[in-house]
Amino acid sequence: MRAACWMGSTSVEVRDVPEPRILNPRDAIVRITSTAICGSDLHLYDGYMPTMEKGDILGHEFMGEVVEVGPGAASTISVGDRVVVPFTISCGACLACTRGLYSLCENSNPNAAMAEKAFGFPTAGIFGYSHLTGGYAGGQAEYARVPFADVGLLKVGPDLSDEQVLFLSDILPTGYMGAEMCDIEPGDIVAVWGAGPVGQFAMASALLLGAERVIAIDRFDYRLEMAAVRTGAEVIDYEHVDVNEALKELTGGRGPDACIDAVGMEAHHGTGAIQAYDRVKQAARLETERPHALRQAITCCRNGGVVSIIGVYGGFADKFPIGSLMNRSLTIRAGQCHVQRYMRPLLEHIEAGRLDPTFVITHRLGLEEAPGAYETFKHKQDGCMKVVLTPGA
Amino acid sequence: MRARSAITVNDRPDAVYSAWRDFECLPRFMDHLESVSVTGHRRSHWVAHGPVGTTVEWDAEITEDVPGERISWRSLEGASVENAGWVHFRPAPGDQGTEVHLELEYSPPGGALGSVVAKLFGEEPNQQVSDDLRRFKQILETGEIARSDGSPLGSRNRNQVHQHDAHPSPDDDQPRTTAGSGPEVRS
Ligand SMILES: NC(=O)c1ccc[n+]([C@@H]2O[C@H](COP(=O)([O-])OP(=O)(O)OC[C@H]3O[C@@H](n4cnc5c(N)ncnc54)[C@H](O)[C@@H]3O)[C@@H](O)[C@H]2O)c1
Ligand SMILES: [Zn+2]
Ligand SMILES: [Zn+2]
Repeated sequence: MRAACWMGSTSVEVRDVPEPRILNPRDAIVRITSTAICGSDLHLYDGYMPTMEKGDILGHEFMGEVVEVGPGAASTISVGDRVVVPFTISCGACLACTRGLYSLCENSNPNAAMAEKAFGFPTAGIFGYSHLTGGYAGGQAEYARVPFADVGLLKVGPDLSDEQVLFLSDILPTGYMGAEMCDIEPGDIVAVWGAGPVGQFAMASALLLGAERVIAIDRFDYRLEMAAVRTGAEVIDYEHVDVNEALKELTGGRGPDACIDAVGMEAHHGTGAIQAYDRVKQAARLETERPHALRQAITCCRNGGVVSIIGVYGGFADKFPIGSLMNRSLTIRAGQCHVQRYMRPLLEHIEAGRLDPTFVITHRLGLEEAPGAYETFKHKQDGCMKVVLTPGA
Repeated sequence: MRARSAITVNDRPDAVYSAWRDFECLPRFMDHLESVSVTGHRRSHWVAHGPVGTTVEWDAEITEDVPGERISWRSLEGASVENAGWVHFRPAPGDQGTEVHLELEYSPPGGALGSVVAKLFGEEPNQQVSDDLRRFKQILETGEIARSDGSPLGSRNRNQVHQHDAHPSPDDDQPRTTAGSGPEVRS
């Protein structure tokens, strides 16, 4: 089959690889009909996530049709089912899963020892997302093997299009969880760093959860404009104004009640010297992150407010404003999305027409065009917001 | 050589105890074992992976057996590699299942056989025993051992360094559905 493979830093090739097979009783094989490229993939593409191997199949946002089912999943999943696959691989039976913390599943990461060394305790398996998260082949391919298919597949009917439900695999639940972690109350103003697809869905979700207003912070006009048009966000271009000042002005001097980091480890900084400091340290592996957005989300947050981190980090950050965090009684919430927890409720929102996630899609391409799509998305060229790839097209 | 580790399994102590007490299943999750056959009420015969395709064998007996609480065993006199082990099961606080505490002890007899123990447990015995417990937990909680393209044999310490690429392997190169009993894959 054809699959988009990571061949080293900023190198993706679509190659011929063997087709996946059922390895465990609860596995299913899915023929992929739509698959997306995520901001998380850019961290791999740019070489900032450790434990990638040359040849790894990328991709963790995909859906398709079940073509084979192991005996352990056959009571809930059948050949022919149309399914969305959550990016988190979760057993459904461990304590973490039974508490709804699916991205912390205790049984799905065969490289748990590796993750334990990096983080202190291991985290769940994730498709196409380094060997630290299990070394699972990803979904930017024609077929994928899905472990724990009885827990890991959301069945969808024929009435909704692929584009309407594809993002239930990751970014819609992720944006929603980012907003949910803010414990939004009536009157709250929520600021979101990063107006990428994840940020857009965080803003839409914050409004759905009752926020009074949302504020988008980014530097790309077309992304800020999408936030303004699609969610009615007020916008701040951090390259042209002082973010802290602008936020104070927009919030009567209080600061946003909650701040969401939807940027992650590769944040860009408007001030050259600070960007250079973190870039050099990151390149030398003295620091694994460039946490500009996170630093700002903390220092800009209202006293006693919540900072919700959904942008991905992999290791250690410098100049972490712990004094601001501690003295001002801020709450930090964070996590890889517990996707399975949100899929069904969000599907209901989509069915009822309260959410339409398709607005973020700007590029519809064939799987073969993945290498160019990574470049376009990385450099935010051609108004690129979200790329959806179709295998076999 | 002494190795110890602990893990919490989301099940009742008596169920977790019973799974362990079925000694013939130990090789399914204990990496250094090839087989265990029960030869009597308290006796068993153990075969472990030695260096370069060889095996090490011994007879063992259960020295303590308290259902739902603990099991201890040790090799019988005359074993080439003397060893002992015990496992305790305790209810975890707050209805979180059962804590499993495992300790293994292997006394290398010196000389050539000293390297056998090194082979059985590698450079990080505690790590290997932790992975053994992870697989035990996986079997009890999910009915299978998590495998990926990078680690087709599941959590095993030596796989951490020699990862396969994360794409499916050709048919003859990968173990089939019976968890833990497939052929070794080395790259
Ligand atoms: N927690 C999870 O489960 C989860 C799931 C999916 C994605 N993510 C993460 O969410 C983040 C965003 O993903 P995406 O797909 O939207 O990526 P994206 O690359 O499309 O968007 C990131 C945006 O952040 C902006 N940005 C960069 N530096 C900034 C700064 N200093 N201040 C404000 N904005 C800044 C960029 O201009 C860009 O528009 C990534 O880190 C990704 O890994 C996390
Ligand atoms: Zn993603
Ligand atoms: Zn689990």
